[in-house]
Amino acid sequence: MTAQSETIALPAAAKKQRSLWGDVWVQFRKHKLAMFGLFVIAFIMISVLIGPLVYTRDPEYIDFTVANQAPSLQFPFGTDNLGRDGLARNLFGGRISIAVGIVAMLISMFVGSFIGALSGYYSKLDGPLMRFTDMMLALPLLPLLLVIILLFRDTLRATFGPETGIFLLIVFVIGILNWMPTARVVRGSVLSIKEKEFVEAAISIGTNQNTVLLKHVFPNVLSPIIVAATLSIANAIITESALSFLGLGFPSDVPTWGRLLYDGKDFMTFTPWVVIFPGLFISFTVLGINFMGDGLRDALDPKLRD
Amino acid sequence: MGRYLIRRLLTAIPTLIAISFVIFAILDLAPSDPTGNLPLTIPPEVKEQIRESLGLGQPFHVRYLKWMQQFFITEPLNILEETTGIAIGDSEGRFRLRSWQTRGPVIDLVLERLPQTLWVVGLAYLVSIVIAIPLGVISAVKQYSWIDQVATIFSMIGFSVPTFFTGLLAIIIFSVHLGWFPSFYDTTHQVTDWESFVFQIKQIILPVSVLALFQTATLNRFTRSSVLDNLPQDYVRTVRAKGFREYYVIMTHVLRNSLIPVVTLVALGIPTIFGGAIITEQIFRINGLGALLIIAIQGSDIPVVQSLTFIFAILIVLFNLVADVIYGFLDPRIHYS
Repeated sequence: MTAQSETIALPAAAKKQRSLWGDVWVQFRKHKLAMFGLFVIAFIMISVLIGPLVYTRDPEYIDFTVANQAPSLQFPFGTDNLGRDGLARNLFGGRISIAVGIVAMLISMFVGSFIGALSGYYSKLDGPLMRFTDMMLALPLLPLLLVIILLFRDTLRATFGPETGIFLLIVFVIGILNWMPTARVVRGSVLSIKEKEFVEAAISIGTNQNTVLLKHVFPNVLSPIIVAATLSIANAIITESALSFLGLGFPSDVPTWGRLLYDGKDFMTFTPWVVIFPGLFISFTVLGINFMGDGLRDALDPKLRD
Repeated sequence: MGRYLIRRLLTAIPTLIAISFVIFAILDLAPSDPTGNLPLTIPPEVKEQIRESLGLGQPFHVRYLKWMQQFFITEPLNILEETTGIAIGDSEGRFRLRSWQTRGPVIDLVLERLPQTLWVVGLAYLVSIVIAIPLGVISAVKQYSWIDQVATIFSMIGFSVPTFFTGLLAIIIFSVHLGWFPSFYDTTHQVTDWESFVFQIKQIILPVSVLALFQTATLNRFTRSSVLDNLPQDYVRTVRAKGFREYYVIMTHVLRNSLIPVVTLVALGIPTIFGGAIITEQIFRINGLGALLIIAIQGSDIPVVQSLTFIFAILIVLFNLVADVIYGFLDPRIHYS
């Protein structure tokens, strides 16, 4: 076995070494829209992370003498009705919106892959867990989100402080109500992978069931999870913005993109830039993530490779 | 088929019971007090009496069962009486499900708001079906043509740009700058003559197109991929080999088979579009069900919120059922046993 692999490896060593992620990257680069998405996301991430360090204007500084200014060199994104700087608020808001997206994604991926893997691997758990998933899928999400946030907002605010409390609540509720599609996808993949020979081999040498699931089956369902994860970030960002837009998300001193839209919508007739910029940020982020998700789906599928 | 339908209906019942329990429990366990917003000058004993009169004195399970009774027995009976005029049993003595804000029956509020929502949502859905399905078929038949490329970009935008931004953008462009359409929807408007009819059309265009854009995007992509799945199949080649015109091949053979999954998606999408209407109604100030829900949530009007959320849940379960049944009906290859 070793001798054979060495003989094969010899000519290959002259070429570049290939790895799984190297292959995925090669495939991903061929997808034009996905590369466009990647650049958009990278651009937004960098400007949101580094932007406030370079552009040091305070997003909360109120100056009525410059209220309702159109975009200019001094205020690249204009100012709102209180004279607060649009660019600073958008950059700062992006940090929170993207953080909400990522943390909510982590929660829903964790719950989704946990439930999906258990129900796919252990056939005894399959029935009850899938019934539970079906029930969760039948819940009306947006009304329920609104209700939960309104009802528990004050308690959490009192316990964790106004910003952390509402952040934890929103992230947790969005995450906990969005794991169902992931669970279904993971269950489907686990069901097909657990019938494969290498799993049988692992079981036949006496490997413990949980170890088989964790070490042998789970790494093989990572690609659908990664695709679901990217799309779930987009979904969480839209949901958070929708909540803030309905006035039930973050308080007005925490400017997320959705909140900026909500605050700006009453003034949009006179100062349209207060809604256009946060709206563009949300749209481009989501568009970029969707393109990337499409590209990743193709790149991670070995059947599509040539 | 009949047996399957009955079994499917029977499994929907425990789901609905579980959902109703979850909705009731979340709202009930929440730390919110309906008397919290009353003036502080009201003495605590009186507050306690107000709480009693709202039906909050009893234990959890009693209130849950009472709510279920009101929702499934009392209110349907009342609707029946109002529509037929026949008194069934003790109609005066029944304890109705009342809103805490208006003190009127919840069902009256819902029936009052329903037409506006149905009108906008239904029209938007129809528009999106009428646009999306032909466009999807053309996109698939002429894959990678300019029309397909345009449809792809259009769908990607429809997917990614949230309705609350397209709505605001549409208002800025079409009603503020161009002045073509009114920026909000006037539900008190009556259609009496040609001019008022034109106004009605004008004011409904913006909300309907905003709501339809997102739905069209999903449906269009789905139709396209479904037709693309069918085009390389053997039966299509057979029909072509018989010498039929391409138009006939597509319209009668391919379309019929491709539309099976599309029809189920159309049924499954109906509850989601009600959810989307919550936001659209907020943007265009339509006083429909979504607006009612937001008002009730802001005013901690628990009975209205519980009932509306549960109605949305019933819609989801119902249309899941409809989708399953349609699927079996349209596709004879599916056997339910």
